Amino acid sequence: MPAHETLGEMLAARGISRRAFLKYTSWLATLMALPPGMAPAMAEELAKAKRQSVIWLSFQECTGCTESITRSFSPTLEDLIFNFISLDYHHTLQAASGEAAEHAREAAMAENKGKYVVVVDGSVPVKDGGIYSTIAGISNLQMLEETVADSLAVIAVGTCAAYGGIPHANPNPTGAVAISELVKGKPVINIPGCPPIPEAMTGTIAYLLSFGKLPDLDTLGRPLAFFGESIHDRCYRRPFYERGLFAKDFDDEGARSGWCLFEVGCKGPITYNACATLKWNGGVSFPIQSGHGCLGCSEPDFWDKGGFYRPLSTPLRDITPTAAVAAGIGAAAGLAAGALHRAIKKDAAKNHHTVTVDNLEKSS
Amino acid sequence: MTTVAFLDFVRGPLFQIAVAIFFAGLFIRFVEILVLGRKTDFSEPRQSGTGAGFKTVFSRSVPEAGTFKRSAFTIIAGYVFHIGLFVALVFLAPHIALVRDTTGLSWPNLPTPVVDFATVAAIGALVAILVNRMRDKVLRFLTGFEDYVAWTATFLPLLTGYMAFHHLLLRYELMLALHILSVELLLVVFPFTKLMHTFTLFLSRWYTGSAFGRKGVQS
Ligand code: SF4
Repeated sequence: MPAHETLGEMLAARGISRRAFLKYTSWLATLMALPPGMAPAMAEELAKAKRQSVIWLSFQECTGCTESITRSFSPTLEDLIFNFISLDYHHTLQAASGEAAEHAREAAMAENKGKYVVVVDGSVPVKDGGIYSTIAGISNLQMLEETVADSLAVIAVGTCAAYGGIPHANPNPTGAVAISELVKGKPVINIPGCPPIPEAMTGTIAYLLSFGKLPDLDTLGRPLAFFGESIHDRCYRRPFYERGLFAKDFDDEGARSGWCLFEVGCKGPITYNACATLKWNGGVSFPIQSGHGCLGCSEPDFWDKGGFYRPLSTPLRDITPTAAVAAGIGAAAGLAAGALHRAIKKDAAKNHHTVTVDNLEKSS
Repeated sequence: MTTVAFLDFVRGPLFQIAVAIFFAGLFIRFVEILVLGRKTDFSEPRQSGTGAGFKTVFSRSVPEAGTFKRSAFTIIAGYVFHIGLFVALVFLAPHIALVRDTTGLSWPNLPTPVVDFATVAAIGALVAILVNRMRDKVLRFLTGFEDYVAWTATFLPLLTGYMAFHHLLLRYELMLALHILSVELLLVVFPFTKLMHTFTLFLSRWYTGSAFGRKGVQS
C-alpha cells in the first residue's frame, strides 16, 4: 500500500467518493449516538487525519480478536481505515519476526514518542514474575510497561485484555490480569468481547482519529456508543420474554418457535454489547438469532458464572448440599433445644413447692 | 466492586449463607416444636382427631361470616396479598427455572401479564395493609418492631422483583442483584419471625382441629 499522508488522500486514491465517505460517517455518527450534524465535521476531520501509529501487542490470547477484526468483511470503509492506520508492530500480522520485529516496535516507539496508540489483546500473567508468557525473551509484563510508557492511549481489545478473560478464569494459574490493572496514568479504552465486534473496534479508532479524544466510556471503560445497551434491551426475542414464553430446551416447541432463551441460560439481560444491533459477519446474524443464548462474553468473568446453560435466576453453585447440611445441623440443634427445655420443665415440676398461706405470711 | 461482581456475590456465597441460615432455622424451630410436644390428653376421645385436624387446616382459611363483616378490609387485603405472592413466587418462569435447576422439578409458568397483575396486587395490598395499620390506633399499638421487619422483608422482594423483570429504574444486573439480596434478607429473618407461620400454620391448625375433634366439637 503506497503511503498516503492523510486518510482523505488514501480514500481518493482508492476511488471512494466523498458522498460514500459522508454516508459512512453518518452511519458511524448514528451508531455512536452523536448528533446528526456531526457527520460532515467527522468526515472532514477523518479525511484530514494523519496516519496513526499503532503498536499491537498480543499477550495471553487465542488470536480470535485479530481474526475477528481482519476477517470481518471486505473491503469496506472500516477495512480501509484499519489499513490506513500504521500498524507498526503486530505479532500475528507482521512479516518480520524475532529481533527484527522487536526492532520495528522500538523504532516506532522512538519515532512517534507520546503519539502512538497501543492496542493490546490478551491478558498479562503476573504470577512468578510474569514468566508464563514471553516474547523474544521479554515477559509480557515488561513489554507492556515499556511500550505503554510513551503512548498516547491504550486500547484493550477483547475480554482477556479488558478483564483478564479466559486466562483469568478460576483458578487463574498464571495470575493473569486485565491491562487496565497494569496501566496507570494513561487512558485505557476497553473493547471487550470474545471476540469483540469489529465495528466497535474500527468505530472507536475512527472516533479517536476524527476527534482526537476518547469516546464516552462506561464504568468498565467501554465506549458507551457500543456498550451502552444490553443485548436484552435490543433483542428481537424480547417480546417473548415480556409475554413469558420461554424455550426450556434447545429442541422443544419453544426453541423451534423462536421463544426467549432466558431459561436455557441466556445472559443477554446482564450483557452490554452491540451484537443484537450490529450483528456479526456484516450483519448476518448473532448468537441468539442462531438459537443459542448469549454467553455474556463482553462482561468480566463470563467464564465463571456457574455455567453457560444455567438461567440467570439460579444460584451460582448448587445449594442442595448446603441446604442438606444446614437442615441436619438445624434438626440436631432443635432436638437439643427441645430436650433442654423438656428437662427444664421436668426439673421445674420436680422442684415445685406448694405454697401455703403460712409461707406467704412468713415472707411478708 | 462492580455491579457484575456484586451480582456474582449475591448469587454465589451470600446465597449459600442465606440458604444455610434458612434451613438451619427452619429445622431448629420445627424440631423443637415437635420435641416439646403437648401434654397427653388422657380423656377418652369422642372420635378420632386426625380427620378433624386435616379439615381444620382448610376450613380455617374461610372466614366466618361475623368475622368477615367486622374486618372485611383485613381479610380481603390479606387474601389478595397471599394469593398474589403465591402466584408471583410459584408461577414466574425464572423462579420455576431456579427450582428446576436445583431439584429437577418443574411445572408450566403463567403468562407474564398474569404474574404481573398478581405482583402489583400483592404490592398494593401490602401497602394498604400497612397504611391501615398506621391509621388505626389499636393496630398501631399492637404492631411491634418484628412486624415491621416481617413486612419489609416481604415487601422488598416483590418490589425489586417486579422492577428487575421489567427493567425499571436501575440497570437490570443491579436490580436483579438487589432482588436476590432482598430475598436473602427474607430467607435469613424468615425462621426467626412471624413469617414462620407459612409452615407452622399447618401444624397449629391441625392441632387445634384435632383437639376439638377429640372433644367432638366443631372447630
Ligand atoms: S433471548 Fe436473551 S437477550 Fe433475548 S430476550 Fe431472551 S433473555 Fe433477553
